[in-house]
Amino acid sequence: MNASLPIALVDDLDRRLLFQLEPGLPLAPRPYAEIGNAIGVDESEVIDRLGRLIQAGVIRRFGVVVRHHEVGYGANAMVVWDVPDAVMADAVGVLTANSGVTLCYQRPRRLPDWPYNLFAMIHGTSEETVRAQIADLRAQVPLSGLVHDVLFSRRRFKQTGACYRPRLSLPEKREVA
Amino acid sequence: MDAVDRTIINALQGDFPVSENPFADTAASLEMDEATLIARIDAMVSDGVLSRFGPLFDADAMGGAVTLCALEVPEADFDAIAEIVNSYPEVAHNYERQHQFNMWFVVAAESRDIVDEVLLDIQGRTGLIVHDMPKQDEFFIGLRLEV
Repeated sequence: MNASLPIALVDDLDRRLLFQLEPGLPLAPRPYAEIGNAIGVDESEVIDRLGRLIQAGVIRRFGVVVRHHEVGYGANAMVVWDVPDAVMADAVGVLTANSGVTLCYQRPRRLPDWPYNLFAMIHGTSEETVRAQIADLRAQVPLSGLVHDVLFSRRRFKQTGACYRPRLSLPEKREVA
Repeated sequence: MDAVDRTIINALQGDFPVSENPFADTAASLEMDEATLIARIDAMVSDGVLSRFGPLFDADAMGGAVTLCALEVPEADFDAIAEIVNSYPEVAHNYERQHQFNMWFVVAAESRDIVDEVLLDIQGRTGLIVHDMPKQDEFFIGLRLEV
């Protein structure tokens, strides 16, 4: 479900724009004019390009980036399942329909220590509410019949957001993360 | 964080306007004035309630590479290993979790080659196996939190 724009459609000016925006939008009445000034283009060009980058999914969300703990979501668990291919779509359907699930990824197993291939993040106001959300998920087919594990977070060492520095020319090849 | 801050957070989780006067447009819909909205967001960033105000990128679409990694860290070494892992600018998040795999962190860089270099370096400096679990598929939900 990646709504990714083919990489060739993100040009050098887009990259400069995104690089300029990465630390955050200027908190001023005409923020897009300020961004434009910094990279040498008009406000209208910035507005056009951002609209396109949002449409294409390169920018996924645009607004507040909250620190969960600081806004009252003090508990989070990563819940993982070992899901056979045949029921993957159904398992994903259950997770993505649940309001407690904030992120959901399929990842490779790392046998023998790590048999899990479907990851869901659950944020809640307390460990108790997160456990209740997990119990609710586990009651539903096909998750009810699958091996799972719950990894509550104990300490957060770093939450900087991806410190991603777009390069100003196109990568030689595109590799999937 | 008071009721006004909560209103702002709940309203601005995804679709900040891309227009000439976006703060004024938003302030009008929230029935507050532009200067108040800007000052409130500024204060929440300063106080650390918000890590920032702006876009969340799809690193894939940008041509970057991201992966989630797990380490099995002996309890006594945990803080020293955390310090090593956190020292890399490519490490975006790092959490201690209750499991045999007790340290989980995200590595993001402009290419998979750079991610590989970072993982090898961490492995060399910590003496621990880095379990690399790049996403194969993402099922996008659109994070929304009511505060």
